[in-house]
Amino acid sequence: MGASSDDRHGVIDASTRRLDEGALRALVPRVLAGLVRRGEDFDAAEDALQEALLEALRVWPEHPPHDPRAWLTTVATRRLVDARRSEAARHRREEAEHAEPRVGGPSPEEGDDTLFLLFCCCHPELAPTSQVALTLRAVGGLTTREIADAFFVPEATMAQRISRAKRTVDGRRLDQPGDLAVVLRVLYLVYTTGHGDRVDLAAEAIRLARQLTLATEEPEARGLLALMLLNHARLPARLDPEGRIVTLDRQDRGLWDTRAIAEGVRVLQSALALQRPGRYQIEAAIAALHDDAASAEETDWPQILAWYDDLVALTDDPVRQDPAAVLGRAVAVGHVRGAAAGLRETDRLRDVLGDRHRWHAVRGHLHELGGDLPAAATAYAEAAHLATNVAERDHLVRQAARARAAAPASRG
Amino acid sequence: MPKYLLLKHYRGGPEPHRRLPPMDEWAPEDVEAHIAFQNHVSELLEENGEYVDTRALAPAQTWVRYGGPDAAPITTDGPHPETSDLIAGWWMIDVESHERALELAAYVSSEPGPGGEPMYEWIDVREVMWERPRTTDTA
Repeated sequence: MGASSDDRHGVIDASTRRLDEGALRALVPRVLAGLVRRGEDFDAAEDALQEALLEALRVWPEHPPHDPRAWLTTVATRRLVDARRSEAARHRREEAEHAEPRVGGPSPEEGDDTLFLLFCCCHPELAPTSQVALTLRAVGGLTTREIADAFFVPEATMAQRISRAKRTVDGRRLDQPGDLAVVLRVLYLVYTTGHGDRVDLAAEAIRLARQLTLATEEPEARGLLALMLLNHARLPARLDPEGRIVTLDRQDRGLWDTRAIAEGVRVLQSALALQRPGRYQIEAAIAALHDDAASAEETDWPQILAWYDDLVALTDDPVRQDPAAVLGRAVAVGHVRGAAAGLRETDRLRDVLGDRHRWHAVRGHLHELGGDLPAAATAYAEAAHLATNVAERDHLVRQAARARAAAPASRG
Repeated sequence: MPKYLLLKHYRGGPEPHRRLPPMDEWAPEDVEAHIAFQNHVSELLEENGEYVDTRALAPAQTWVRYGGPDAAPITTDGPHPETSDLIAGWWMIDVESHERALELAAYVSSEPGPGGEPMYEWIDVREVMWERPRTTDTA
């Protein structure tokens, strides 16, 4: 099994007896992959490990294990045996099959464990909500309860979602290379779902993306990690102490996390050096340019526009296939060539995004940039009406009110 | 991942597709079938991992407003109590997409009425706003 000494010392702090949940959770994909490679069903092994994890959270603070990884494997195995024994007749045939090691499984490298499990959890046949839930449990090592809390659904609902997802995955061959693009999309979805509360999903997504970059040389995996880091760096400035949204141009840049920015830039450079650009690398490059500006006025918009040109060039019909990129580009066009040019760019998206708050919010921003405050107010108000996020809705109502108050002549 | 309320109304909404007598005038077996279907919807949502909550509201409605300084709250049962919109209850669901919410709402609307025929009841679908701030910057 090869338990290393850092396993032993990393999970429980000897003096405070506090459980380092991050270290515990990092063991989950390794133990799970070990069980599956040994021939256990993914579904059954994952359930058994979840039970072992709950047991660990309960028991370890008082009775720290000598070897955490071996402890988890042993307890999960015991649960698997118990489960099999209780349905002995039905399982007898399967057990015989399990005795035969499966062929073609991944090699026992640690990074491969993570990649192998991510491919299982992000199976293309699963719906995105299921991919996310399963990834957080089987790779992230979160409990069902924590995942349910993070998505504001009952624990029973999340448990059901996970077990359905596993049933879908279970019949499939797991020894084939999976779809990395799906894995990246799932991790980004976890990131954008948010932070706060007890489980910080954004931080969790960064942790998983970091593990992924250890498992694959693919530059887009590094691009995704860089994008998250460069975005996350601005988190401390994104909300004021009252929880109000502060837009990028008004943020206190002194609050940005310079270490995260430095790491993000380093990761991005190592990805770009491989000369296989993709959407995450490009979006990370745009984020890096924003992070690099000492003030909003110093933002290198021409450079940002050039990256957006590359981004929209990735698809044949960007208006239909990647409208978010076209909308982001319209902002850059507005800053480089003037508000009217930016607004013309957004016109192309009216049919696709005209009923989305973000389209109206961008138009509000561009109208304001061009000095047309009454039009800005109208666009912000429409955006507020369409928003589905409370903080954003409140922000857009304020923007509308601010623009209207600054343009008193338009009233009446 | 978005959440929706599938709202049922005692009254209000678009012109009914099918005019129906009040439930207390239905045949007892039709009443049973209707109630069984409501339970079945909840079970289905739970099995799908889409269930968040379900509630029924009592029909009695009181409108209240601030009465001003040192005055009692002002109450009324509404301007047109016999025709105004009145919510009967809801399911809250957590689903992949708006399309899925509409699909489930249409299924709810197929609930059996008198004679076991679908009621074709209008269901009011409303998205629940996400409370947590986003992790990316807004324009």
